[in-house]
Amino acid sequence: MRMPAGAFAERGADLELVGIQKRFPGFTAIENLDLTIPAGSFFALLGPSGCGKTTTLRLVAGLEEPTAGRILIGGADVTGQKPHQRPVNTVFQSYALFPHMSIIENVAFGLRRRRIPDPSGKAHEALRLVELDHLAQRKPQQLSGGQQQRVALARAIVNRPALLLLDEPLGALDLKLRRQMQLELKSIQEEVGLTFLHVTHDQEEAMTMADTVAVMNKGRIEQLGAPEQLYELPKTAFVANFLGQSNLFTGQVAGTTSEAISVDINGQPIIVALPRAHRHTGDVTIGVRPEKVSLHLDKPVTDAARNLVGPGRVIDVSFSGVSTQYLVAVPGVGTMVVFAQNMAFGPVAQEGTEVWLSWNIEHGFGLEDDPADVNAEAPKFPADTDTRSIAAQKRDALISELEEG
Amino acid sequence: MAFAAFATQAAPVEAAPRRRSRMALFLLLPGILYLVLFFLTPLISLLLTSLQAPREFGDIGQYDYAFNWQNYVTVIDDYLPHILRSFGYALAATVFALLFSYPLAYFIGVKARRWPLLQSLMLVLVIAPFFISFLLRTLAWKQILSDESVVITSLKALSLLAPDAHFTGTPVAVIFGLTYNFIPFMTLPLYSALERLDTRYLEAGSDLYAGPFTVFRKVTVPLSMPGIVAGTLLTFIPAAGDYINASRDFLGGPDTQMMGNVIEANFLVLLNYPAAAALSIILMAVILIMVSIYVKRSGTEDLL
Repeated sequence: MRMPAGAFAERGADLELVGIQKRFPGFTAIENLDLTIPAGSFFALLGPSGCGKTTTLRLVAGLEEPTAGRILIGGADVTGQKPHQRPVNTVFQSYALFPHMSIIENVAFGLRRRRIPDPSGKAHEALRLVELDHLAQRKPQQLSGGQQQRVALARAIVNRPALLLLDEPLGALDLKLRRQMQLELKSIQEEVGLTFLHVTHDQEEAMTMADTVAVMNKGRIEQLGAPEQLYELPKTAFVANFLGQSNLFTGQVAGTTSEAISVDINGQPIIVALPRAHRHTGDVTIGVRPEKVSLHLDKPVTDAARNLVGPGRVIDVSFSGVSTQYLVAVPGVGTMVVFAQNMAFGPVAQEGTEVWLSWNIEHGFGLEDDPADVNAEAPKFPADTDTRSIAAQKRDALISELEEG
Repeated sequence: MAFAAFATQAAPVEAAPRRRSRMALFLLLPGILYLVLFFLTPLISLLLTSLQAPREFGDIGQYDYAFNWQNYVTVIDDYLPHILRSFGYALAATVFALLFSYPLAYFIGVKARRWPLLQSLMLVLVIAPFFISFLLRTLAWKQILSDESVVITSLKALSLLAPDAHFTGTPVAVIFGLTYNFIPFMTLPLYSALERLDTRYLEAGSDLYAGPFTVFRKVTVPLSMPGIVAGTLLTFIPAAGDYINASRDFLGGPDTQMMGNVIEANFLVLLNYPAAAALSIILMAVILIMVSIYVKRSGTEDLL
């Protein structure tokens, strides 16, 4: 599908990636990727730095050529097309606004290239959409980061591309502006009905904005689905830990009924509902989200609908306003994380308190991973804010930059 | 003012506190003194010389101070072809140097980024000719392009050149020499501008439906404008006043004399100092006017 000169795309188009592989000298960025993004959807590719998500985006934009595989937009093969021939526009991470042109010239650039009638009128319209029309005559460097981001967005959507690519466009913004832009992006998407492909490493951003999220790791898609589905029923340890936090346990399946499996964790049976377990025999990894776990100061009455572990000892309490995070060491099971809403004033348990933990068996999940692999690749993916993980990500980013350059 | 164009990466200038400091004046003193002695005084002397009149019953080369504006009219009358030729040759050399240097600088500054060693090697090759004197290099070209040289005789043997054709002494040879000699002055500023070119802008351009040529015209060229302006000025200004390449002893002939040659002849051979001085002033004024218009029109000041 080529962008016809002088006309806009009628509506968003499907994007199909078929058997895409991308090798750079020395490493493989993407390993056999198949992906279909339906027209009109807001699709997020989520993953840590160096997982291949930006490369995927650049492949779709035509800025990189795949080593193998095909790219189809609206059913037409665009694999051999140059970037300027594709009905795709990108909001770059660096915005890449032309410094020698005014804001209005920047926004009208794509329209002029395609000889769309009334380019400056349409550019003003797009600037009004992002509420920056009053700055039309300024140069990009006279605008703040947030304003430049909105101009970059206007410059892309003014072309009404069949597919809009967003490369961590909110990365450089502070939290408040980020929230504002997320809302704005979402409402623009609903208003103009384009297909959005959003690449980000921010799980919250992906979950709040996208209809469908694909979690990517090491050049592969680990799991794809609606945000709630990914969060509530992660398939792999990577997803379980990258999207939020998880308590994971590994053990052997001791018994199976028609409704549930029972997993033996060092002598402690833990029940997982059968439809929520991806593996039903042998060694399995199961888990539960920290906010699903209840903290009991006294041993609760045994309930067939709930898993109960304990007694354990609280080893760390961190208060964060809305909720409190407890780290509980449970002998035989390991250290578990519990998020508890602060219904009372302040934490209910102090360090050293003896506690029991329980959760509804309908809230647990069983992973698809082979536990042997899970343990091999450090099951806990450190949270994004962890200094160590930031350092690791920085290093990965630098390495990938060096390899690309 | 013309040199503002060279400040390709002027940091956003903050308004300095306008405090009159005696210390600052004191520190400026050597510079001011130097300029007064070696720029202002000779300039005034040149201006006065250009207005001198021949001494009555005096010898050749004897002149008195006067306000003989007629000198300007006379030299323009006598040397208009030389004046036009100077700027014509300089313009042609600048255009050829730009056409040659831009792809070269683009390759070194953009394409060769991945191979820093190649980049440095190529830069050394651009600068290498400076290790040999300008005069020697020009003389060498005279040898290479003379009628008896291997190059010319082979071209004639291959019938690519008429049997009675000359190369040295023609305008082509002079423009060739000027272009050759000023290529490094064109390449280096272009390189320094292109080396900083952020290729993400080029990607953004192609993402916004611009083909390779349009990206070049609309993004690459405007972003490298400071380098283009600096390079063309560094080539055009000295080329317009050059008297080596066009000289009969080097690549030129009787019909290729430029202003520099005429000024040289008037000062040193004809001893017509007022005419030489008037020509010098005209050369300076014309360059100043042309450069001001050029810098203003290229609009490089709002690039950064």
